Amino acid sequence: MTKALSIQSITAHYGTTKVLEDLSLEVAEGELVSLLGASGCGKTTTLRLVAGFLQPTSGRIQLGGVDLTRLPAHRRDIGLVFQNYALFPHMSVADNVGFGLKQRGVAPAEKTKRVAAMLERVGLAHLASRLPGELSGGQKQRVALARALVIEPPLLMFDEPLSNLDAKLRVDMRVEIRQLQRANGTTSVYVTHDQEEAFSISDRVAIMHAGRIMQLDTPETLYQRPANAFVARFVGFENLIPMRVVERDGAKITAEAAGGVRLTLGLEQFGAIPDSFTLACRADGLVASPDLAMEGIPATLGLRTYLGRAYQYQCDTPAGPLLANGPLTRPLEMGGQAKLVPVPEQCTILAAETA
Amino acid sequence: MTQKLHPALIGFTVLVFIFLIGPLIIVVGSALSDTTHLTFPPQGLSLRWFANIFEIAAFRRTIITSLQIAFLSTFIALLIGIPAAYALNRYRIQLPGWLATLFVLPVLVPELVLGFALLKNVAVQFNTPIFLTLVFGHSLLVLPYVVRVISASLASFDFSVEEAAISLGAPPLRTFFTILLPNVRSGVIAAFILAFITSINDVSISIFLTGPGISTLPIQLLAHMEQFFDPTVASVSVLLMVLTVGVMAIVERTLGLTFLAK
Ligand SMILES: Nc1ncnc2c1ncn2[C@@H]1O[C@H](COP(=O)(O)OP(=O)(O)OP(=O)(O)O)[C@@H](O)[C@H]1O
Ligand SMILES: [Mg+2]
Repeated sequence: MTKALSIQSITAHYGTTKVLEDLSLEVAEGELVSLLGASGCGKTTTLRLVAGFLQPTSGRIQLGGVDLTRLPAHRRDIGLVFQNYALFPHMSVADNVGFGLKQRGVAPAEKTKRVAAMLERVGLAHLASRLPGELSGGQKQRVALARALVIEPPLLMFDEPLSNLDAKLRVDMRVEIRQLQRANGTTSVYVTHDQEEAFSISDRVAIMHAGRIMQLDTPETLYQRPANAFVARFVGFENLIPMRVVERDGAKITAEAAGGVRLTLGLEQFGAIPDSFTLACRADGLVASPDLAMEGIPATLGLRTYLGRAYQYQCDTPAGPLLANGPLTRPLEMGGQAKLVPVPEQCTILAAETA
Repeated sequence: MTQKLHPALIGFTVLVFIFLIGPLIIVVGSALSDTTHLTFPPQGLSLRWFANIFEIAAFRRTIITSLQIAFLSTFIALLIGIPAAYALNRYRIQLPGWLATLFVLPVLVPELVLGFALLKNVAVQFNTPIFLTLVFGHSLLVLPYVVRVISASLASFDFSVEEAAISLGAPPLRTFFTILLPNVRSGVIAAFILAFITSINDVSISIFLTGPGISTLPIQLLAHMEQFFDPTVASVSVLLMVLTVGVMAIVERTLGLTFLAK
């Protein structure tokens, strides 16, 4: 039933404006891939192309090896869940859920049975005869989910399905969605601009920016080993320090940043290090230490803020402004000198970018 | 808890009420008068002026004609107006802004001019049958109302609902009939009623287009008034009202006017 989705170098325009550029994406059978990115980066556009509401300027879309590109939207057999639910306002919950089965010519008795079973699964059996206007947001989203699932589509697509719900319900619902998706093993594409949501629910996440996929990887890889500066910033690496290798010595290298700041890095932790690279550290991975004898980046401490788990300092360094954390046991004074020491496990190396 | 109403507000409301209801009472009252001239308050009560309508052949004929024209032109206007309003709203971003204005433009043209233009350029030039010209003219007259009213109800329609239906396997045309139309039903009904009333009461266009043998009820009424000043005028007006309300009632029964309230 479930099928792999393959988007092959799609370019799409609205009028003369290019919205997607040479975008490729492979979603394996049963996999859930999220599209994550800021508003306007082309997430919805990607879904609309796959759903068939929009035609690409070039490129191909395949589902289970079959080319969808020229197939009209109503014959693509894709389950869609919309941000605003898009329930049929004049139909009862049961009729909403049964709509897709009716289009497929499923016999009424069979239809009733499958609708009832589906409503049972999403916990709405008692609301079958209600109209959408009489439901809460969470209930509406469950109906939308049931409506898309009941046709047992080979592909499910969600466009920010939870963004109209409150925080608590959002967490509950995403677990529910993931469980249903796992149980059915349905290949899924999930659009969101909430990083936590994307990371928690997905097998892999595609981080998008300006109509391109910047990186497609597992949440763990994205979080720890971003491939470029954009993704690094996106997943919360506050400090990006451009560096140049000045000396290679077996398992160690010495690199220099702006202002003549030198650091020694072990190849053991970082793997191969190119001659020119960017050291990316979260504030957590850059420890402010009053011990000026340590190897690190010399800094003048600026504003201190309390984070609960640590203090955070805005620092002024020869290599530019940086953000570092320090232990709660020893708050440091504003204006004082310190060394910022990178914690290798919490830093990563980015190859220098041409752009 | 009672809220205190300002006496001036009550007075104003009563005034508006009299203003709205007054003419109705006068017309209905005059129609029931037993006199041979138009009077109010009525002197004596009788239905003879209603009977009189049906004794005059011209009235009998024009009632039928007016109903036919009103139904046909409303139907034609809906047939053109619904898809037009749909397209205007669905593709609002892609379509040039002036297109929506185009459909409302006929309202700006004085009806007398529209009637005269139709007479000169359609009826005379192409020698079209009077009845057809009337239907055509009335369709043109009511089309802007239809487009406007249905557009208004489409403005609040969420078109992603349509996409949901298509994604579930409904072809576009079926989606239009099973998803879109039921959701703009109130608009369609309102458009129907508005168009019907406009057509059946129209004088300014019809006066140019009626001709030998074919006339509409309001035009026949004018002709009658030129010779007689009896309460028939009032009774025909009442009949027009009753016909209109009757049609509204039928439309409500068949399509469900209760949606109008929502
Ligand atoms: N109908 C349209 N006509 C013209 N441009 C459009 C249209 N729809 C979207 N765009 C543009 O295409 C780009 C991508 O839009 P898209 O809706 O795919 O963004 P998105 O990633 O889904 O954003 P959001 O998170 O806000 O939903 C945006 O710059 C947007 O302005
Ligand atoms: Mg979007």
